Amino acid sequence: MPCSLKFLLPAMILAGSVAALAQSQPRVYPGLGTPLSQADIQSFDRMIGPEGKELPPGRGTAKEGAAIFAKRCEICHGKGTNEENGLLRSLVIGSPGKPYRGAFYGEERNGPSYYPYATIAWDYINRAMPPSNPGSLAPNDVYAVVAFLYYWNGIIKENDVMDEKTLPKVVMPNRNGFVPAVPVYPPEKKPSWY
Amino acid sequence: MNSNRSSRRRFLKQTAALAGVATGAGLAVRGQSAQAQHLHGELPRRGARYTIDHMTHYTPLQDYAGIITPASLHFMQQHSSEFPEIDVRQHRLTIHGLVDRPLSFTVEELKQLPSVSRIHFLECHGNSSPAIHGAGDPNLGLPVQFIHGMTSCSEWTGVPLSVLLKEAGLQKEASWLVSEGGDAGKFSHTLPLAKAMEDVIVAYGQNGEPLRVEQGYPVRLVVPGWEAPFSVKYLTHVKVVDQPYMAWNESMNHSVTRPDLRDKARWYHFQFGPKSVVTRPSAGLEMLRGYAQITGLAWSGAGVINKVEVSTDGGGSWKEAKRHAPVLPRAHTRFTFDWAWDGQEAVIQSRCTDEAGEVQPSLAELSKDWGMHLEDWKKTPRPRAIHFNAIQPWKIARDGSISDAMFA
Repeated sequence: MPCSLKFLLPAMILAGSVAALAQSQPRVYPGLGTPLSQADIQSFDRMIGPEGKELPPGRGTAKEGAAIFAKRCEICHGKGTNEENGLLRSLVIGSPGKPYRGAFYGEERNGPSYYPYATIAWDYINRAMPPSNPGSLAPNDVYAVVAFLYYWNGIIKENDVMDEKTLPKVVMPNRNGFVPAVPVYPPEKKPSWY
Repeated sequence: MNSNRSSRRRFLKQTAALAGVATGAGLAVRGQSAQAQHLHGELPRRGARYTIDHMTHYTPLQDYAGIITPASLHFMQQHSSEFPEIDVRQHRLTIHGLVDRPLSFTVEELKQLPSVSRIHFLECHGNSSPAIHGAGDPNLGLPVQFIHGMTSCSEWTGVPLSVLLKEAGLQKEASWLVSEGGDAGKFSHTLPLAKAMEDVIVAYGQNGEPLRVEQGYPVRLVVPGWEAPFSVKYLTHVKVVDQPYMAWNESMNHSVTRPDLRDKARWYHFQFGPKSVVTRPSAGLEMLRGYAQITGLAWSGAGVINKVEVSTDGGGSWKEAKRHAPVLPRAHTRFTFDWAWDGQEAVIQSRCTDEAGEVQPSLAELSKDWGMHLEDWKKTPRPRAIHFNAIQPWKIARDGSISDAMFA
């Protein structure tokens, strides 16, 4: 705890001072720009943070995900699981019940075992996959594909249901594999580009 | 038609003569006729690489002078296999999240707000990657192009992002942003709010013309001095948030595992360190005896370049090069150094010092800082590295051929 406070405190102080610069001032150019309603924002906001607050309702399991993967993902990522050839090999490291815990220098980085938060794969698949028609997977499909990948990577059990409540609670095996533990700006270490 | 053809012939003849004058001493393109060399000089070509999910253009650093990269030659890294077709009248930029007044702007409205024009470099975080040394092909141009050509420099015109954020009114919890593009994959990236309030531009103009589609038409972010993935193209949404939002790019794709961090990965890279490269003479060109101008570019995310030094004896001794105006913060700076080649083997290289006092490191110094050994670079494939700013040595052989000596 003292450790994470040490990282967070400078960021919080900075955040306060920066926001104060722009806060509570009247508009300078009131004729420009159109106000957005909450409904407007909900219609386009697909950015999912690490706490998963914006995740839409839905559910899926590894078994359902296998069918969707075969239909929508296999054409590029390859057929089968980590025991067969195909690009899926690079999406899977470790095996059911045995998550891979590093190190991640090469191909190991390609799959979700490397990701620090369970929400990242959901957000990325939802926004960018499949490349031929990004955004065409329904929320249930995305939950199912994520469950499928997490099961074969040994991160969840075969019958675990992934939904907007359970997904953010999945603790990723590489959660503590990043430096700094909590990203801060400005960076603590100088020079920053090391 | 006929007159067009003959005027083109006349133009070629005239410029061929000029090219002969310009390159008669000092440098030639190895193994190519004077005519081919001239054509290469007349029409610098971007190198291009297309894969299933990436399109990359490399700037022909060896072929241009000054510090402004023509928009058509600006490097590009597209995380998608196609360019979006965006109707500028339909395009909207929204500012939402932790703000008092969520707003949507048309491109026309953005152009009515106070504007700035600033000259800044952009650079891919993976530019100069150890992996691409020696891995070129004929479509990618000369080594200085495909190794270091993912940096370019332009005059960017647009509205400061801080103006838009003030219009929306930041709430007190606001500390980070996450921005999103209108390309097929809806590229997203996190940005600290402090940087957004400092100097980030929502750009609609590049070198005096509207952005080109490769560069994010109709609007993009330009985040000066920082790795280019922050500079989201086809900008559609800026969401103000209270924590790093862990988009796939910065939290996964652009993180790097490092031995000095006990096999943990460094993530959330921001600013670039000092970097320079000799663009002429460089690998693939041929040295001729006598006077030779050594020229190149230097830049740093920290601000202006205070000093550029050149060595012609493999780093044994260094002399200061001339920096040419304008020398601008977070922009390419052109340098030149007068030299005469005596026909003996030589290794030429440049290093720069930025306004923060940081000096561009040698490969040995950089390796030490990252907990690596020089031997590690001999592995196949070479270790992955980003923000790679080691000094670039070019080796000149007695026959005048020039090669890449980074890992030699």
